Amino acid sequence: MSAATTQQPVDESLLFTDAELAPGEPLLSIEDLRVSFRTREGLFEAVRGVSFDVKQGETVAIVGESGSGKSTTATAVIDLLAGTGLVTGGTARMLGVDLTKLTAKQMQSVRGRIIGYVPQDPMSNLNPVWSIGFQVEEAIKANSPKLNRSEVKARAIEVLKEAGLGDADRRMKQYPHQFSGGMRQRVLIGIGLSSRPRLLIADEPTSALDVTVQRVILDHLQTLTRDYGTSVLLITHDLGLAAERAEKLVVMYRGQVVEAGPSQEILADPQHPYTQRLVAAAPSLASRRIQSQKSPSHVDTSITVAPGADTVAVDQIEQATERREAQAGAASELITFENVTKVYKIRQGGFASIDLKAVDDISFSIAKGTTTALVGESGSGKSTASKLLLNLEPVTSGTITVDGQDVSKLRGKELLRFRRRVQPVFQDPYGSLNPMHNIESIIAEPLLTHGIGTGRERAHAVRELLEQVALPQSTASRYPNELSGGQRQRVAVARALALKPEIIVLDEAVSALDVLVQGQILNLLTDLQAELGLTYLFVTHDLAVVRLVADNVCVMEKGRLVETGTTDTIFDAPRQEYTRRLLDAIPGAGFEFGA
Amino acid sequence: MPTDAMTTTHYVAPLAETPLVAVDRVDESAKTRSTWTDAWESLRGRWMFWVSAVLIVLILLVAVVPVLFTHTSPDLGCDLSHSNGDPMAGHPLGFTRQGCDVYARVIYGTRASLTVGLLATVIFALLGVIIGALAGYYGGWLDAVVSRIGDIFFSVPSVLGAIVLMSVLPFRNAVTVAVVLAIFSWPQAARIMRGAVVLAKNSDYVLSAKALGVTRFRILLRHVVPNSIAPVIVLATVSLGSFIVAEATLSFLGIGLPPAVMSWGNDISQAQSSIRTAPMSLFYPALALSVTVLAFLMLGDVVRDALDPKARASR
Repeated sequence: MSAATTQQPVDESLLFTDAELAPGEPLLSIEDLRVSFRTREGLFEAVRGVSFDVKQGETVAIVGESGSGKSTTATAVIDLLAGTGLVTGGTARMLGVDLTKLTAKQMQSVRGRIIGYVPQDPMSNLNPVWSIGFQVEEAIKANSPKLNRSEVKARAIEVLKEAGLGDADRRMKQYPHQFSGGMRQRVLIGIGLSSRPRLLIADEPTSALDVTVQRVILDHLQTLTRDYGTSVLLITHDLGLAAERAEKLVVMYRGQVVEAGPSQEILADPQHPYTQRLVAAAPSLASRRIQSQKSPSHVDTSITVAPGADTVAVDQIEQATERREAQAGAASELITFENVTKVYKIRQGGFASIDLKAVDDISFSIAKGTTTALVGESGSGKSTASKLLLNLEPVTSGTITVDGQDVSKLRGKELLRFRRRVQPVFQDPYGSLNPMHNIESIIAEPLLTHGIGTGRERAHAVRELLEQVALPQSTASRYPNELSGGQRQRVAVARALALKPEIIVLDEAVSALDVLVQGQILNLLTDLQAELGLTYLFVTHDLAVVRLVADNVCVMEKGRLVETGTTDTIFDAPRQEYTRRLLDAIPGAGFEFGA
Repeated sequence: MPTDAMTTTHYVAPLAETPLVAVDRVDESAKTRSTWTDAWESLRGRWMFWVSAVLIVLILLVAVVPVLFTHTSPDLGCDLSHSNGDPMAGHPLGFTRQGCDVYARVIYGTRASLTVGLLATVIFALLGVIIGALAGYYGGWLDAVVSRIGDIFFSVPSVLGAIVLMSVLPFRNAVTVAVVLAIFSWPQAARIMRGAVVLAKNSDYVLSAKALGVTRFRILLRHVVPNSIAPVIVLATVSLGSFIVAEATLSFLGIGLPPAVMSWGNDISQAQSSIRTAPMSLFYPALALSVTVLAFLMLGDVVRDALDPKARASR
């Protein structure tokens, strides 16, 4: 590298113009990069000495959990650090120029032209008040100012076509809200690649999309970048996805690189303990349902007669038989959906309204003590179905019964009793806990509402519940904003358990969590099920997780139930095309995972 | 950091440099922080908060026990021979047209101005919170009716409305002035409250409470209102200043507090006739008014920053 001559380029338009790669020289070489954020307590180092290379035409994935510094590393390279972040050390050398030393103006000419960027959230990264065409044209004009107006327009249409939007001419005049999430992400990818950058940074480009859409988008991205010879720096939390899409993995943990190398090698033979943990926790197709390590506290299928404890033994035999019957599921359908339909009226302005069938004539039943997963893409009606079971919304027609009782007919005291039996845990661990209350009052609220116990008894119950979800006692006096997502979800589980319910509805309860934390919560749920004989309705879009926890699976598409069966039959022999598509789209399905 | 990450094909960091921590461990050593303690932490670190707090405490003290600050009577012993007189020993700010001590009048006028300001703010915030919360939470026809009524009040400039209403009232005192001012400004608070309530009522914690069997009204009290009241608190602190100004305006126009009541507004009004000859007797009550309003505006500003972390981050 002839660093001396290109260290301080004066004219930004001359930057990189005659830059050619020497054979074997990496396109981007990050060395000992350090990034800090200014906080009230002082400087916080988020990236602590990261080094790796991206070669010409290569796809490198940075994998890590939230807070590992993966996004910070990538955004530091193109100087898009959020808030108070600043590069405090190291270099990011590209084509002989140290990107961290560039002025803001020089960096502007690098962004888009040399390094493209595809942001995470397609919903908020397109400006809703401008048409798609305007936004694509804006990007093109910024990077190639020599084009005239009609050339820019022609190029914009070309970009959209390349991005896989068929009728690009018509689409140019449309606005972001008229596009689906997948289409918006295509537009963003098109913008990112519009001036043929040497490197594309894609920051979780598909984590907000359904798996089937994700697959199509990533396939397309792969084709485009291969055709153009663009290198890709992919940032993702999903190890399976990273391995499938990138030749090289960089595993980050707490601001450092813990392992880097060829994807296949890392997955098959992870060396660092953290990577091993990560690989072990990745829910791949090879996984089986988690078996609880704990035995039920009251009910046990294996009968051991302790000497001199005959009376207990008889009781145990009875209970064991009950449990076996329950597991056989012969006569103990706890929950049944019978031809349930839910119609929403969508107001169309004035007095007109159209009907939207969110749930369309679905029937299924759930046996006591089992887990049924309700899966489908966004908009399939799975969440609506769970709200109907929780009796948070009335059914339009059909009946839902819990233990023989029609849910919709419950009033007053009976409804209150029903609420004690059926409890929810919602997806967003940041939204489901009232930020103004401390953890103790959050967990005690169900007890207070149902008038259970005295103040002292409730405080005692809170301590027991915290123990059940493996949180330290000191958590009781804390507030939700002090806890991580996984810890908040534990609190939500504790609150749900406070009333000793029989049924827990888990609406995407682990979807927002990092994979290791997710594994922890799933283990907790499985243990609790074994201990307390709980029945779970598990609503999720993530089929890989389903295999870990569910006994039965119901697949929904556009409000209808398309396939039901045991988890094994659905995964091994799906009968519907739709189910097969969902299964195929799970990232990393074809990979061998090392233990 | 070793550079062999670039050259070797499979790099593994030494465990000693990258120690593992337990997955999702709770930091038990950290101090407990609620939204309010967080806000206090933020307030504590700003000089503007301390300046405004000291000023406000001083102003409150003056209002409650004016005797501490002057021994001169503001209305008895006024001597027309001192009319518009210059400062002299014991009378540092000079005399009014009636020959009363300006300093004493400014000190004694504080109580009336502040009473009107505080009372109007309390009524304003209460009306806004209650009406806004009910409209936002229950929605439907209640929301429609309340919002339109609010719009009607909103469309009348509050000082103009107050002038009309005050001029027909049979008696005028601090309470009536405060009530009239609040009546024409509550829709502003109600609107902000309503918006915040609509946001909060669609949150997952409300849904969770519903699924627990918590009654609708209790959800409103326990979950929705505490989470949506912050913007109204901010608005109220800022409004306090403008209510004091509004009182002065009404009194200046002769339809606020009766002339016998000592208030800054009345004093400004009475001083205006001799503004050319003795501008200082107008200047001092006006200065007191400005300092008070400034103190409350500054407080409102820092309170907003403290309660809205987003505004704080962008600072």
